[in-house]
Amino acid sequence: MSDPLADSAERLFAAHAGKDVIHAAENGVFPQALWDAVARAGFTAALLPEHAGGVGATAAEAMALLRIAAAHSAPIPLAETMLAGWLLAEAGLPVPQGVLTVAPVRVSDVLTLRRTEDGWHLTGTASRIPWARDAAAVAVLAEGPDGPTVALLRPDGFTLARHGRNLAGEPRDTMAVDTALATDAVAPATFGPTQLRAAGAAVRTVQIAGALSRALSLSVQYAQARVQFGRAIGKFQAVQHNLAVLAGQAAAALAAADMATDALAGGLDPLRVGAAKARAGEAASIAAGLAHPAHGAIGFTQEYELHFATRRLWSWRDEFGNEAEWNGVVGRAVLAAGPDGLRPLLTAA
Amino acid sequence: MQALTFATPPADAGAEALRGEVRRFLDDEMPGRTPLQRAASWSGSDPAFSRKMGERGWIGMTWPKRYGGHERSALDRYVVLEEMLAAGAPVGHHWIADRQSGPSILRHGTEAQRQHILPRIAAGACSFCIGMSEPDSGSDLAAARTRAQRVQGGWLVNGTKLWTSDAHHADYMILFCRTGAREGDRHGGASQFLVDMEQARGNGLTVRPILDMRGAHHFNEVVIEDLLLPEDALLGREGDGWAQVTAELAFERSSPDRFLSAFALLTEAVRALGPAAPERAAVAIGRLASHTLALRRLSRSVAGMLQAGEDPALQAALVKDLGNTLEQDTVETVRLLVDAEPSEEDGSAPLAAVLAHLVMTAPSFSLRGGTREILRGIIARGLGLR
Ligand SMILES: Cc1cc2nc3c(=O)[nH]c(=O)nc-3n(C[C@H](O)[C@H](O)[C@H](O)COP(=O)(O)OP(=O)(O)OC[C@H]3O[C@@H](n4cnc5c(N)ncnc54)[C@H](O)[C@@H]3O)c2cc1C
Repeated sequence: MSDPLADSAERLFAAHAGKDVIHAAENGVFPQALWDAVARAGFTAALLPEHAGGVGATAAEAMALLRIAAAHSAPIPLAETMLAGWLLAEAGLPVPQGVLTVAPVRVSDVLTLRRTEDGWHLTGTASRIPWARDAAAVAVLAEGPDGPTVALLRPDGFTLARHGRNLAGEPRDTMAVDTALATDAVAPATFGPTQLRAAGAAVRTVQIAGALSRALSLSVQYAQARVQFGRAIGKFQAVQHNLAVLAGQAAAALAAADMATDALAGGLDPLRVGAAKARAGEAASIAAGLAHPAHGAIGFTQEYELHFATRRLWSWRDEFGNEAEWNGVVGRAVLAAGPDGLRPLLTAA
Repeated sequence: MQALTFATPPADAGAEALRGEVRRFLDDEMPGRTPLQRAASWSGSDPAFSRKMGERGWIGMTWPKRYGGHERSALDRYVVLEEMLAAGAPVGHHWIADRQSGPSILRHGTEAQRQHILPRIAAGACSFCIGMSEPDSGSDLAAARTRAQRVQGGWLVNGTKLWTSDAHHADYMILFCRTGAREGDRHGGASQFLVDMEQARGNGLTVRPILDMRGAHHFNEVVIEDLLLPEDALLGREGDGWAQVTAELAFERSSPDRFLSAFALLTEAVRALGPAAPERAAVAIGRLASHTLALRRLSRSVAGMLQAGEDPALQAALVKDLGNTLEQDTVETVRLLVDAEPSEEDGSAPLAAVLAHLVMTAPSFSLRGGTREILRGIIARGLGLR
């Protein structure tokens, strides 16, 4: 690919998202230099419309950046900052600089807005919020008196009830919110929690494709380099076929990422996003289950980098809806369409 | 390792109008056809149906107009293919000619061969069979023993082809055989020929039926004894057979017939389960649909890459391997969702009949067009492991 934006992203992440940076991030050190470089390059604003501070990139370009970041296991809230900015911009609210994240991310968590004399009051608890501890602001999709409402929440408006992490060591915090908000920090949402979940699923799908491509390239390189029984293990047909299956799953995840990107750019059709997230999630499971055996014990160590990719795959497949949840959504749509509606549903452009 | 990439399928504004046309055509043509007939997918053959498609301009769609083609885009063609397959239309008569033989002739044929054959394929009036496999040469195509010897006025062919689908109907065969010494290169010394089957049958070429395990006559043994082919039967260049056949297989491996062969069963399952099906069924059906959508994306991407003149052999092998796996998964998934004992006997419910058909044909999906193991070998080579 001779795409200058993608090339510059490859260089940036290769230079700034090394093993030490990832380990440090997992141990609680926010990768400031990496983040600053990414922000300076305009990547964090890539999904924003230009009037909201965007850089004139297409959704496809933004998602390509996200995929590359994920392929490098860059331990930063790029997906979350893109998603939050997009949510705020859709609602016509200002998009602050710095680390952004979204809430809630779990179906069972609800944040409630009610009107007060001079503005609004937001209350509730939201668990597993990515990077809440580092966020300059949180884009909240709350239940308001007139339906779904977007609120711009600053760090002084919530406390962290729990500092958690996902399997990949990425921050996943519980926020307790009980705060007044000014009128200009609140706006009606153009969509509800289902679409936010779909948008989250779309970005995770793209990230899975990135991490999976990394698991594939590491596995192929390792199979070419590691010698047993007098030859590279990649010369054994059993190993070749496992890696061919792994490549098939990487291809399926790339297709899923493209589907998710299209959906993100145009209406977030739950069928398309659901199919994408479910397919990518399944690919993640199969691929991780092949990349590890191909590496033997070295892949099971902290020293070797495969786990940066596989732990992300194991985390992201369950975030914003796992395969069962999204396949269920797709299946319901298919069953509702019936035998005569099936073909048009699946072959719609 | 080279990064694995699938180009974005090219946009095609006209394709959706075309889709409407194809759907209207199918609405007119398909109602009389039973679910079991539809289950045959692209193995189902109906020359009259192929002619009607030819009249609409839906065969040889991307070929130059001077050869009876229509100069449409690969994506237009894709729309026709997928609508036909998803509906279970009987496209078998022209399928192989449209998919691979025609494109090979367009690429390697002489002007006379193109003029003579391509317009008839595009009209839906000319069918092809593939003469690659032999008794001792299946996956190892380079081991083919059938030999064409240069003689006065042409070529003299001897050998046996096996598993030749539709050799008993086809107007032509593209024959892959030896014409020279390998000279150190296993892939050297092979060529392809255009065999006019009508002239050849009884004049050195004998087609013997082989019944498949369902009892159907689909493929054949083709015994060739001193068959004289004219000089101009050579397709492409003498000795270039291996390169030509490999390119042909890329056309064969990525199109939607490699993942929609079980679509009739999905359709019948959706009908039988209904909208109030239990969650378990919704999840399982949804999974098949999700896989189908992802494959569709990959397959359309390969269609675009072929149109752009790229060589997506790796991508095509990936599509076929994933696609055959989905087709076979569909059978095993649906069986467990419905209470139907598979049976094609008269009076069987449509679901039972379609299930029976697919249980009995599914093993072939990962054999024809290159076995699963061979595809995975090609993928491994593409990854740089071989
Ligand atoms: C329904 C149907 C229609 C067909 N139609 C045609 C047709 O029209 N024209 C035509 O030419 N052919 C046709 N074929 C033949 C088809 O191309 C061959 O079956 C296929 O190439 C495999 O060859 P084989 O059957 O001889 O199996 P073999 O090559 O003997 O293989 C047997 C098993 O060994 C495995 N194997 C072989 N080599 C290797 C290796 N190097 N590494 C690992 N595993 C290996 C295979 O994967 C397979 O599992 C058709 C087949 C079917 C089932």
